[in-house]
Amino acid sequence: MKRLTAQLLLFSFLIAFPVSFARAQRTLAQPNETLIKNATVLTITHGTLSNTDVLMRNGKIAAVGKNLNASGNARVIDGTGKYVMPGIIDCHSHSMLDTINEGTLAVTSMVRTRDVMNPEDVDLYRELAGGVTTLNLLHGSANPIGGLNTVVKIKYGRPASEFLFPGAMPGIKFALGENVKRSSTPNQPGVQRRYPNTRMGVEETIRDAFTRARDYKTTWDEYRAKVAKGEKNLIPPRRDLQLEPLVEILEGKRYVHAHCYRADEILMLISLADEFGFKIKTFQHVLEGYKVAKEIAAHGAGASIFADSWAYKIEAYDAIPYTAAILTRAGVVVSMNSDSDERARRLNIEAAKAMHYGDLTEEQALKLVTINPAIQLGIQDRVGSIEVGKDADLAIWNGHPFSVYSRVDTTFIDGEVFFDRQADLARRADLAKERTTLEQAEPNKPPAAGQSPQRPRGRRPSHVDDDIWEGDQP
Amino acid sequence: MNARRGDTATARGGEVFAAVILIVAMASISFAQQIGNPTTQQGVLPPRGTFVIRNAHIVTVSGADMDNGSILIRDGKIEAVGPSVNAPAGAHQIEGRGLSVYPGMIDLGTSMGLVEVPQGANGTVDTSEVGELNPNAKAYVAINPHSAHIAVTRVDGVTNALSSPTGGLISGQSALINLLGTSPREMAVVPYAALVINYPRIGGGGGGFGGFFQQQAGNLSDTLAANERQLEQIRKMLRDAEAYGRARDAYKADPKLPRPDANVVLESLVPYVRGERPVIFRADREAEIRGALKFAEEMKLKPIILGGDDAFKVASLLKEKNVPVILTGIFSLPNAEDDFYDQLYESPSKLQQAGVRFAISTGDSGPEVRNLGLYAGMASAFGLSKADALKSVTLYPAQILNVADRLGSIEPGKTANLVVTDGDLLEIRTHIRYLFIDGRQVPLTSRHTELNEAFKDRK
Repeated sequence: MKRLTAQLLLFSFLIAFPVSFARAQRTLAQPNETLIKNATVLTITHGTLSNTDVLMRNGKIAAVGKNLNASGNARVIDGTGKYVMPGIIDCHSHSMLDTINEGTLAVTSMVRTRDVMNPEDVDLYRELAGGVTTLNLLHGSANPIGGLNTVVKIKYGRPASEFLFPGAMPGIKFALGENVKRSSTPNQPGVQRRYPNTRMGVEETIRDAFTRARDYKTTWDEYRAKVAKGEKNLIPPRRDLQLEPLVEILEGKRYVHAHCYRADEILMLISLADEFGFKIKTFQHVLEGYKVAKEIAAHGAGASIFADSWAYKIEAYDAIPYTAAILTRAGVVVSMNSDSDERARRLNIEAAKAMHYGDLTEEQALKLVTINPAIQLGIQDRVGSIEVGKDADLAIWNGHPFSVYSRVDTTFIDGEVFFDRQADLARRADLAKERTTLEQAEPNKPPAAGQSPQRPRGRRPSHVDDDIWEGDQP
Repeated sequence: MNARRGDTATARGGEVFAAVILIVAMASISFAQQIGNPTTQQGVLPPRGTFVIRNAHIVTVSGADMDNGSILIRDGKIEAVGPSVNAPAGAHQIEGRGLSVYPGMIDLGTSMGLVEVPQGANGTVDTSEVGELNPNAKAYVAINPHSAHIAVTRVDGVTNALSSPTGGLISGQSALINLLGTSPREMAVVPYAALVINYPRIGGGGGGFGGFFQQQAGNLSDTLAANERQLEQIRKMLRDAEAYGRARDAYKADPKLPRPDANVVLESLVPYVRGERPVIFRADREAEIRGALKFAEEMKLKPIILGGDDAFKVASLLKEKNVPVILTGIFSLPNAEDDFYDQLYESPSKLQQAGVRFAISTGDSGPEVRNLGLYAGMASAFGLSKADALKSVTLYPAQILNVADRLGSIEPGKTANLVVTDGDLLEIRTHIRYLFIDGRQVPLTSRHTELNEAFKDRK
């Protein structure tokens, strides 16, 4: 009976699998149980365990301990000499976003990064190869109040909807300082400059938005109170999609992730938030945060920072790589982030930098890319450490993740393999052959001198106002 | 000064006002000096001294490691290396038990000291001169010895940098410097070390932001035609310089000949067209590297490739022509969507296997150069041996620039550019304990350590 169940499970996996394959390497059928044996397990919350097994079942961490048993059809991985670490969480990412800034207005809380997710971004795969499993997809830093974020698991090869992290707290991007001010100058001549252009105007923009949001909330609260009392013939107030996310912030239902650099603008935003009665969940970059550590700690904000980037613009000139240590010791929850598809691949080393600069312990440094960003995103109940009951989002490394000589072997999300180095290497010969075949195909040959390259046949009509696709056109 | 008319009280008030202004100004200057002017940027060059490091693990790079070895530093040089050395009287003794000694790292792909803050402080940017052909733009005359980047970089074990201009077709001349000195002269190792040419780009993608600034991938033959026109500009100037050099020498030998007018531009090119000094070609794509090699051969130049993302695809040609490559793309995203994820991590290993000479560089203008060791370490995670990874940031760059008689390994007679650590130099968890440049002990302070001290205990 057990064998039949196993076969049925296998069969249902096979037919449930999507027919169209994306570029990611794919195993035909993923077992729902995986046992990693005899590895060094970096649990993050319960220390480092040597010669320990990790059992994953049905997408969760089912057991952590010595000499675990798994069922007959489990995939078994020999973890001898390997390290198992929770999947890295990047708290500041713009991966897979076709566009990151709706920079035309100073307040764009109505736009959503979720609407521009491109699941075929190959850099997602490259991040998986660096042991990253979760991203906080943020709007850019052009606006004092930017768009809504999306927290995703990097399920490369799946449709965008399957990337969404279940139950993640909604969030929004704020931005202060130079990037906002630089966005005040338009690219085209003759176009009016956008307010604000100074840190004075940045404050007023946010103040004004929350003032309107507060009034909007009052209007709706009064309306709902009347409805509750049973009043009839009421006209609901007009909805405002820009203000609704701000009301959510006031009600503690949406996290604010605020990009900032200078110490004074950090204090400005804390003061403003205190005045309106809401909290900043994280300061992003916050490179001068070390100058105002106690104020950040007192407010209860987290900090999501670069390990050691500095001097690329004037507000980053005072940045120092000791910030993680200073803020951690002040009691701030600190994460290391990438803000870069390239740097996202090596967040393990970025976290280790906190041991080099500022002498954080290994335990403290490991938290910077695991449980801390999880806390900052409100997903710490599901990810960020290796504990029974949490999602099976983890990576197997062939050495300690803080060693520059280490590499990721395999990356799991919800117990499924989304990156495996051996599988990647095994495909390369076939891919090289496929590439050669494609290069020699007639339409791909380089054109004769003077000719433009032959454009691929279009699959949509080219006129812009066409909103009905009528199929392949000649 | 005319006697002031008007009533005395106003005149006195004016004097008091001026005095107050002066006092406030002086107070604000001294306040600024407390926070904003770390001593590492002041004009103090540590003196050359006599030092003995004892009982350390010595990684000579050029030979076998030495457990429990000693080094004698004197007059700016490594005087002796061995299981024991004779310590002269008065030598500073450094206990090296549990510590390792390495040669200082060398980054050949920087613009160190030529740019302080690229965005928002344009006045500090001196990398790229106006116009396409600037062989006489010399990094050496524009490097700011008090740039904050210099101390920040050396305290993590990078003791030397090749600082190069950028932009145009012929960017200018690079300077090889020690990352210590209160004046350019004090810093100079080779003031005019190489000419830098940007080989005309072919194809799109690449660049510092990994394709963010996409080039229009136009018609290939149009691109090649445009490139040929640019190469012709360079070619013509190089030929003019060669002719100028001959005319100048002929006049020197025989002053009865017509005197050629001095020309600073052509004058600067003469050593390069005569093959006396190397020419660095920035080139990443395969077609660019091939083009650069062909051009160098035609014009009888001594080429070095800088960039080299695709160098592993042209390895046999590079080996045949014995052209070294300074790899700057270790921490870049692979250019094409279908490139393998570790293509650039692995390229040093591929060059090593093919017998091509190479060095690893951050390719950064300044702030990231301190991470040079990590670039080498990553290459080692993907195939390069640890020993070769270390060589790629020490001995190999010294050899490529022909200064291996002075730098790149721990051998008697070489300059005492040394880093003493508590572990593997390439690992980020390692700490630097002592630093020597030119046989001077360098304090392990920088703008960053000083800002840390200023704020870490703020209550």
